[in-house]
Formats: sequence, structure tokens, C-alpha cells
Amino acid sequence: MACHGARSRVRKRRGGNSNPKKILLMGNPNVGKSVVFSRLTGVRVIASNYPGTTVGYTQGLMKVGEDMAEVIDVPGTYSLEPTCEAEEIALQMLASGDVIINVIDATNLERNLNLTLQLLEKGIPMVVALNMWDDVGHRGIHIDLNRLEELLGVPVIPTVAVSGQGIKELVESIPSARATKPPPIGHDERWAAIGSITEQVQQVTHRHHTWRERLEDASVRPFTGIFIAAMVLVATFLGIRFIGESLISYVLDPIFEYLWTPVVLFLSDLLDGSGILHNVLLGNIMAGEVNYIESFGLLTTGLYVPFAMVLPYIVSFYLVLGLLEDVGYLPRLAILMDTIMHRLGLHGYAIIPTLLGLGCNVPAILATRILESKRERFIAATLISIAVPCAALQAMVFGLVGERGIQYVAMVYGTLFVVWVVLGFILNRTVKGFSPELLIEIPPYRLPPWRTVLQKLWFRIYGFLREAIPIILGAVLVINILYAVGFFDVIASFTAPVVTGLLGLPKEAVVALAIGFLRKDVAVGMLAPLALTSGQLVVGSVVLAMFFPCIATFVVLLRELGAAGMLKAAAIMIAVALSVGGLLNLIL
Amino acid sequence: MAAKKQVNLTQMYPGQSGRVVSIDGGAGLVGRLSALGIRPGRAITKVSSMLMRGPVTVQVGGTRLAIGFGMASKILVELEQ
Repeated sequence: MACHGARSRVRKRRGGNSNPKKILLMGNPNVGKSVVFSRLTGVRVIASNYPGTTVGYTQGLMKVGEDMAEVIDVPGTYSLEPTCEAEEIALQMLASGDVIINVIDATNLERNLNLTLQLLEKGIPMVVALNMWDDVGHRGIHIDLNRLEELLGVPVIPTVAVSGQGIKELVESIPSARATKPPPIGHDERWAAIGSITEQVQQVTHRHHTWRERLEDASVRPFTGIFIAAMVLVATFLGIRFIGESLISYVLDPIFEYLWTPVVLFLSDLLDGSGILHNVLLGNIMAGEVNYIESFGLLTTGLYVPFAMVLPYIVSFYLVLGLLEDVGYLPRLAILMDTIMHRLGLHGYAIIPTLLGLGCNVPAILATRILESKRERFIAATLISIAVPCAALQAMVFGLVGERGIQYVAMVYGTLFVVWVVLGFILNRTVKGFSPELLIEIPPYRLPPWRTVLQKLWFRIYGFLREAIPIILGAVLVINILYAVGFFDVIASFTAPVVTGLLGLPKEAVVALAIGFLRKDVAVGMLAPLALTSGQLVVGSVVLAMFFPCIATFVVLLRELGAAGMLKAAAIMIAVALSVGGLLNLIL
Repeated sequence: MAAKKQVNLTQMYPGQSGRVVSIDGGAGLVGRLSALGIRPGRAITKVSSMLMRGPVTVQVGGTRLAIGFGMASKILVELEQ
């Protein structure tokens, strides 16, 4: 397909400099750029079936001929006139590109070509990856590849990124990327040009509705849609619960009980059952029993909390979320939630960052970049960091509060939900500006291959293991050291009026609140040895969830909202956490 | 030629088709909508709308879009006979 004359010209123009070439993956949202990126570079990035999955850029390396080139996964954009932060990032990247791989959704040629023609005008050598090529046939679309290549003047390679088909050819075509640089034209002329191209290369035959399309329609109609949403949410909740609980009872608890406990007891004997090292490593071990939650040693609680309490729920949550993402259900939920979300100063699409927040607040706050205005981003990020508990925190709430009865777990969730609604309502009334309206593309339902789902799950689990476990172990270590030097007694007596007076918790609970800044899961775990009443446990969990973000979330909030925005958000958090905690203390 | 009936998107019934006549909005809105495939002359089919002034779902070409109620009311469509 490649034109050899073009190859040598491109080499002369762009080659020769010592810096590696920068290859940009650009295209409309949800055309599969991130999947292509992973295929090209071997670098895993999260890819999902909804527009706006990628909100920042990821770099990777690939080999083009004998040279290494840098590949950048750019957020999707419909045109070169940005409408949100993610699209602005895409535009900024454009200036630095040496080659563009324009990824196109082959089933949506006309809309995608709008960006293609705009990119061609930039005069950067380009190849086109005509992705989702396998879907074209199903939809009764026929595309004349040679003619399209001729009309665009750049190589066009059909690809199915999910299965890897066409990727080799795409790589081979990169050296023959061409810059046609047509003179810039206005909107109307461009659409006319696109119309003429599609007319020449594409034939669409009519065909009947499939059951998949019927299901797609049903999920955005008011009554069937709400019914389907309710079913999905119940199935989601039960699925997460079932998988998480099963992993704990049948896999991880037995491992700790039968394999790890003997090791811990052996070490305890070795260290004579006491001393600083014993306390730091193993914590309080009494009468040959290891209490993994309360002992607070590095090798006991420090391992049990992340591996046996949190990890099972991380696995189950991200498995179920990954399925929802890849099937393409989330944008439909956004449509159903739109009217409600408007009352909170947001529009329906904000439900996607919110759901991501139930896994981890960090990617959730990054995902608010898909929202159009600064105001929405502030409201969404504030609501997420206050009222959306991450999976690690939730796992601990299920583990500890759940022991006292499911009604107490319900109280924690109920309170957070009410705070989410009421605070959103108040923010909508008080933050200046208005919320833009929903305007989103709804992807078709797709059945994701299991391999894709499991790869993505592993990617997220690995992220948890790599980022959370060092902090958890660090937090346990810090706790032990600060206890040993008596530091906590000082702040405990200092903060007693608030913690005891207002929240009705024993003054030692302040330690948990302080540790909440490092990791919320460890912090909830610290409430365990305090012999709290069930009511106190509810207050403690709720306050911990809302009070202040963990350090990772804090950093992202600071970066995304700026110092002033962060200060405002933090003030709201502390005020809301204390007033809601105080109120709960009075009620319970 | 007799004038065909013109309505905005929110007034269409689910399943009805027509052609976009005009977009009663600023350049920003017109630009965003046209990048998504909604511009004068295009065939458009309404799929559904949510209750309580919720978003309208439409099909344009190969793309399915959800459009907020306010925006949808600015999109004028000439109904198919």
C-alpha cells in the first residue's frame, strides 16, 4: 500500500536528528487509540468502551525500522477546537508530533474524517488506522480502502486493535507517513469535502435491527432504562460482594490462618515475645493467637489489611467495573442520571468519575477532566473526595463494621449518600456559574474478550499492589514508631475536645484520623482495637471517609484544582466531616 | 413545494426521523454539534428521551448521541412525511 517515493522524502524531512521521533496517536474519543497504543508499545493503559477514558497522555517506545520512536496516547477529540481539559491536552500535544497515527472508527467514517482533514492541514506526516474493521461488515458497511487512501493522500491501514489484526501493517506503514498539507478550508467546505469522500468510498446496505441494538435502545428509554439500570446496579453490588467475600473466606483467610500464622508464631518465639523489634514487626500477640486486625505489626496487620481485607474487594470491584466499562453501559447510566445530576451542579457524565471513585479517588479526580467547565470539575472533585469512599476504605468498612450487623454498614453508606446529594445541592446553589449540558456519544454495546477484561483487571491490581502496599506498610511502621515515642498521646490530649466532645469517640481515635491522611484502610483498621460501640464505629468510619483525602488523592486534587481550589475543597471537607460526624454522634 | 412540518428535537416522538434544518445557537454549540455529526441537511432519527426534561437520544449516521434537553430544543428538524 505504501508509496516508496514518499518514504524517502519523509526520511529526509524528519529523519537525521538525534531525538527520537514522536508519534502521536490521535482520533475521535472511543475509537480504540489506547488499545492501539498498548499493541504498539507493550505499555498497558486503561482502555474502555466509553468516550473520555484517556484524559492525560501516556508515552511508550516502539521500534520503527531500526530506530526507536516515542509513541504518545493522546486523549480523544472530535475536532481541533477543544471543549474540555482532556481535549485541550490533545491539542497541546499536536505541536510536538513528528508523525500522527490517526485512529478512525471505520463504522463512523464521516464523523471521524472531520478530524482527519483538520489534522492533514497541520502538515504533519500521517497514517490512518481504520480501526474496528471487523465491525464494518456486521453493520452492512463497505469501504473502498484504495480509493480512501487515494483521496486522503496518506496510507490507510485497516486494523482490529483488540485482536491485534493489522497492527504489523500499521507499524510497517509508519515510515511512509505523508504530509499532504492541503490549504485550510472553512467548516462548510470541509463537510462538503467529507461528504464527497464518503460518497466515493463507502456503501451502506440496509439491514435489520439486531437484538443488541434493541437492548441499546431499551437502556436509554425511560422505563426500560430505569429497570435495566436497577438490575445492573443490584447485579453489580451482589457480584462485587460475592466475589470479594468468597476470595476472603475461601482463599485469603485460609492462607493467613494455616500458612502465615505458624510463621508469625515462630518469629514471635524467636524474638522472645516482646521488645521493640517484636512490637514493630508482629505487634501484640497474646496467648499464641494472632489477631491480624488488632495486633498492628508490620508482618501481621501490615500484610493482612492489604492482602486479605482490601485486595479481594479490589479484585471484585475492578472486575465488575471493567465489565461495565467495556460493555459500554456507563454512558447509558449517565443519560439516566442526567436530570438528577443537574441538581448537584453536574451533568450525567459526571457519574463516570464518581463510579471510578468507588475504586480509587485518584483516577476519579483525573477523570473529571472530561467535564467541560471549571465549576463542574470543582464540584465533582469535591463531592468525590468527600462522599465517595474508595474500595480500600469500603473493604475495611465491610470487614469491621459489617461484623456488627449490616444495618451499620447501611448507615455508613446512607450517610455518605445523603452528604453527596445535599452537599452537591448546596454547591450547585453557591458556586458561581452554571452547569453545561450533556452532549455525549453513546458507544455501541460490545462483548469484550475475556483476555482484555482480565488484562485490564491485572493492570489495576498491579497498580494497587505497587502503589498501596508500600504506603500501608509505611503507615503501620510510622504508627508503631510514633506510639513508641509517645507522640500520639500529645495530639490525643490536644484534640480531645473535638474528637471526644464533638464526635463522641475515645481520644485515641485521633490517631486513626491522622493516619487517614496516609491510607484510609489502615486508618479504619486502627479503630478496631479501640473497643468502640457500633454507633462510634459508624461515626468513625464516616468521619474518616469524609474528613480529609489520603495523600495520593490530596496530591491529585492540588494539581487538578490548584492551591486555591484545594483550600476551598479542604475547608468544605473539614466543615462537613465535623458537622455530619457531630450530628451522627447525637443521633446514634 | 408545500412546507414540511418543522419541530425541535424535544418535540419529536421516539422513532421519528427527519432532516436537521438549523441550530439555533452560538458558534460554539454549532461547532460542537457539527463535529459530532449534527448539522443542517443531515438525516436524524430520535431514539428516546428521558422524563423530566432529560436528555434526548438520537441517531445520526453511524453515531448515537445523547443531547441535553436545552441543547436539543435548539435543534430544528424538518420531519419526514
